[in-house]
Amino acid sequence: MNADLPTHGEGALSDEQMGVLRCADCGTWWALSPYACAHCGGVNLVPAKASGRGVVRARSDIARAPDDRWRALLPYTLVLVQLEEGPTVMGHLQGAAAMGDRVCVQRVRLSDGTPVWQFRAMT
Amino acid sequence: MNHAYVLSAANTPFGRFPERSALDLMASAANGAIAAAGVDRREIDGVLCGYATTFPHLMLGTLLSEKLGIDPHYAHGVQMGGATGAAMVMLAGELVRSGRCRRVLVVAGENRLTGQARDASIQTLAQVGDADMEVPNGVSVPAYYALMASSYMARTGTSGADLAAFAAKMRANAARHPDAHLRDPISVEDVLASKPIASPLRLLDCCPISDGGVAFIVSDAGPVRIAGAGQAHRHQHLSAMRDIMDTGASRAFARASQDAAVKREEIDLLGIYDSFTITLTMLLEELGFAARGKAAERLRAGDFDSDGVLPLNLHGGLLSFGHSGVAGGMAHIAEVWRQLTQQAGTRQVSPRRCAAVHADGGVMSAHVSLILTAEGV
Repeated sequence: MNADLPTHGEGALSDEQMGVLRCADCGTWWALSPYACAHCGGVNLVPAKASGRGVVRARSDIARAPDDRWRALLPYTLVLVQLEEGPTVMGHLQGAAAMGDRVCVQRVRLSDGTPVWQFRAMT
Repeated sequence: MNHAYVLSAANTPFGRFPERSALDLMASAANGAIAAAGVDRREIDGVLCGYATTFPHLMLGTLLSEKLGIDPHYAHGVQMGGATGAAMVMLAGELVRSGRCRRVLVVAGENRLTGQARDASIQTLAQVGDADMEVPNGVSVPAYYALMASSYMARTGTSGADLAAFAAKMRANAARHPDAHLRDPISVEDVLASKPIASPLRLLDCCPISDGGVAFIVSDAGPVRIAGAGQAHRHQHLSAMRDIMDTGASRAFARASQDAAVKREEIDLLGIYDSFTITLTMLLEELGFAARGKAAERLRAGDFDSDGVLPLNLHGGLLSFGHSGVAGGMAHIAEVWRQLTQQAGTRQVSPRRCAAVHADGGVMSAHVSLILTAEGV
């Protein structure tokens, strides 16, 4: 596992699968590292691996980057993807995919080495 | 319980003022509000001050009190993103109603345009996103709102031209306000032809970054009553938004309406947060002032005009009056106050009784609704 890759929760995760949290009490999945489950109120959130498959719920082609590093990578497309497990995550889109299309994720490095979650249409 | 009122409102011009610090702008607006209220500054017993990204001080309420020669027994800063101004008015009202304070200065000012580089503003604001799962994607606040817009437009059939109509309207309103940042007229076509920022949003769908300050005195008497207030906080991050059709706006408004015992049909004036054209569209629709996907239709029908049934952001909103951080969201309240008290000069509309103000912070994350009513004008 590459040391540069962010981790979620306490478990070591493969760099090929998206790390999220899952409520040990009710089974609800959470992508943004909460400290309690908003579904059941439980606080037993454990690291889990998401399938990385989901549906595009939002997409934007970015023309104005936040800084010089990202400006050098323009243009890029961001998506919000609702994972099969339930939670929504943000990532980059490679290739064509429209709203409602099914996509899958992989951890990639952009041309300058920046690691991102990148979605692509499922064939 | 006692009632609370907005006794006075004041603002600095909005725009590019490189010679003025955040503190200068706060103090200028505050002194304006104190003078307009006709009260001795020694009578001000509460101070609420909005944060400034260019001036991240630990205790702005106390600092500003010293600088203004005020000796309050209650003072602190407040941070809720774009909802801060409306939240400060809500809190000032609670302080007055409880008897804790009698005259509360509510103030914000920021040199957000000239006090830092544009990239620095954009990066600071982007931190409302999740540090692990959102910000590392090279995202900005316009991109968060653009992603949300793509989803909302697909769900409701709202078009780019629908959004653009609001940008053109806000500019036309700002043209009539001498303190507005952007006053040159723009057409729907100009908006649609402006530089792409993050699809579907273009440059003129986004508010400018401005310098400016706004202040109020909230008191136990005054011409505008804080009749109701409500909040909602359903998520911080766009990725965690539970339902794009129920972001929290309608919940905050329902709480404010219940507080004021005012029905939506009684509202005759609007001050609605408009950081982007999509923000204004979604808020108007979630608040129930237009059906889903129909806000632009109401705009084109003239309902939001000065002589329409629901005049909207008559100062030009964030989109054209300008966005100087917390003060940008307070400018809607200042305009509503002037309209309700019939002190809006050449912009004055026919007498209005009951205004709804709504602001959001983050990405439709923190919501505050206010119901403000004209008292004995």
